[in-house]
Amino acid sequence: MSLQRLALSRIRGTLPGNPACMGCPHNIGLKIVGRVLGERAVLVIPAGCSTIISGFWPREGFDLPILHVPFASAPAVAAGLRASHEASGVDSIVVVWSGDGAAADIGFATLSGAAVRNDDILVIVSDNEAYMNTGIQASGTTMWRALTTTTPVMGKTEERKDLALLMLMHRVPYVATASIAYPTDFAAKLEKAASIRGFRFIHLHSPCPPGWRFDSDKTVYVAKLAIETGAWILWEYSGGKLSINPVSRPYADKAKRKPLAEYLKLQGRFAHLREEDIKAIEEKIEANWRLLKELERIYSG
Amino acid sequence: MARRVLMGNTAVAEAVRLAGVQVVTAYPITPQTVIVERIAEMVERGELKARYIRVESEHSALALVYGAAAGGARAFTATSSHGLLYMYEMLWWVAGSRLPIVMAVVTRSIGPPWGLHSDHHDALTVRDTGWIIGFASSVQEAFDMTLQAFKISEDRRVMLPAMVALEGFTLSHTAEPVEMPDEKSVSEWLPPREPLPFKIEPGKAFAVGNTGPDEVTMELKWLAWRAMERSRFVIRETDLEYAKRFGLRSYGGLVEDVYAKGSDYVVVAMGAWCGDLKEAVEKLRGEGYRVGLLRIRYFRPFPWEELREVSQNAKAVLVIDRAVSIGHRGILGLEVSSAIGDRVPVKNVIAGIGGVDTGPEDFYSIVKTFIEEYESGSIEGWSIPEWYMPWMGVVSK
Ligand code: SF4
Repeated sequence: MSLQRLALSRIRGTLPGNPACMGCPHNIGLKIVGRVLGERAVLVIPAGCSTIISGFWPREGFDLPILHVPFASAPAVAAGLRASHEASGVDSIVVVWSGDGAAADIGFATLSGAAVRNDDILVIVSDNEAYMNTGIQASGTTMWRALTTTTPVMGKTEERKDLALLMLMHRVPYVATASIAYPTDFAAKLEKAASIRGFRFIHLHSPCPPGWRFDSDKTVYVAKLAIETGAWILWEYSGGKLSINPVSRPYADKAKRKPLAEYLKLQGRFAHLREEDIKAIEEKIEANWRLLKELERIYSG
Repeated sequence: MARRVLMGNTAVAEAVRLAGVQVVTAYPITPQTVIVERIAEMVERGELKARYIRVESEHSALALVYGAAAGGARAFTATSSHGLLYMYEMLWWVAGSRLPIVMAVVTRSIGPPWGLHSDHHDALTVRDTGWIIGFASSVQEAFDMTLQAFKISEDRRVMLPAMVALEGFTLSHTAEPVEMPDEKSVSEWLPPREPLPFKIEPGKAFAVGNTGPDEVTMELKWLAWRAMERSRFVIRETDLEYAKRFGLRSYGGLVEDVYAKGSDYVVVAMGAWCGDLKEAVEKLRGEGYRVGLLRIRYFRPFPWEELREVSQNAKAVLVIDRAVSIGHRGILGLEVSSAIGDRVPVKNVIAGIGGVDTGPEDFYSIVKTFIEEYESGSIEGWSIPEWYMPWMGVVSK
């Protein structure tokens, strides 16, 4: 879908003046979701920033049907909702719009269950890499060594789980990563996902200004740098084939990547890192690339 | 009308089939499992046209039926004990959303230690959530109550989820003859669910459960409370209508009165053991004691009016409890004394915790002791509960 068509859609996803922070990545992401999936979409939203952004009654922050649900329940609720639509012949795309806390941590069993059953739902995890709504606490997907309010001095010392690869290992029909900085890539993935039945998963990279401590006019810039430094990799798995997307492809070559420090130094959450810390993170990123290139070779269709 | 010999669990499954449920899901836990195994079989054999979805936890089971109900489907799940506790957050969410859903809870004690047998602790944790809570005392009643639960829960005046509690093993795995109305007459009485109070579907920008002013939270709670108050009438009405329509017996609404009205001594209890209790009461009546049993059929809404009426001229009331609120009285005891404790002394005995066998002789001795105590003047006003534990010397105070 072209940017122009995205701009012209009747459904707008998010509405002006909703209570998101300035520069909020969820607003960018949902704008694209609403515009691509439009009239067929209903959202199931577990607790998180989007609970707030969607509006304080009687106001609405999104122009979509929404069922708000408890933290760990969203994929199961969505599966039930979709089953009821099937029973009454309603054409719908039931979308779980979730944060990383709900999907990767507290609701991971629920997510895994829905994937194993191949429930006919689309799960989008808008990953801002921490529990932002409760005030920036570390989550399972928080970047290595990032400062959060529960990792306030050393930064996060635990590992970081790769949610999209975990979902790939559930052998579901569709898994992709996306970034709010690449709307046409994300839109194409949404369209692709909408054309498939069964469990579909998109892991959306969503830099958060207050949580990552960068200026609110830099959300897209930071998201882009994540791609250009190789820290976030865009890939797609569909029909038995995994491919690293054209946007990310050049950065498979380490020499083509921008220095990781450029990405990290924009963010206050990494201000405490020394050079060797950055090196260590770089090595983890490189290991990720090696794994993904290998998976691309294995899942070559 | 058909007559079949069924276990409590299969009777519930038959009621679910007759109700034409569209989405069923559950996570296995003893002693509930047979209900969902039987339903799975019905679905696979094509006897029930429903989606049967195998979830990975009870939390997801209730979440899934919640989603199904939000999309307009008639939905059912079942659980027991720890499974019910694992659902706890969703219990509140479902009731707060005012969605009609039916759930069977096959009662079982809560660990530690692990135990399989029944008491009422699990079901009674649901007390404050906004679910209608029924307690069956026979297999026939488990069947009738389940079928009626759909009707009551979906009634426009109610719109609250309904739970049917049946005693683990004593009812769930015990076979009794059951009278079942046929499919056609049930579907005339219980047509497909209207998608009320709302239906989440594409094209309607509409949010449920979003944030709002505190006043809205309070108002919604008040509305649910009012709906529960209205459900008293709907439950009584449904009990009568069902009996009349299908030629089955009416139980008496929220309670079943077994000689209670007009008796000097009223025993209050709920659940399957009321059968044995009835036997004891009858024996005592044969010996000249003016005693009756008031069986609580619905714990929510709580039948305070019925209790007040029945106990009006009673000398004393005895509540036999299968669950205790540690730090206070038995849970049913608390409820009964809050309804009538201002006018008549209420003695509370706690028995049968963890499934400890309590038979007609035990009840005979519990009730007889109570009457003798009253007549010798040792029961007045408030008292701490008594624990009936014969292996420890009958009673530990
Ligand atoms: S904390 Fe971050 S993700 Fe949450 S609303 Fe604000 S900008 Fe958006």
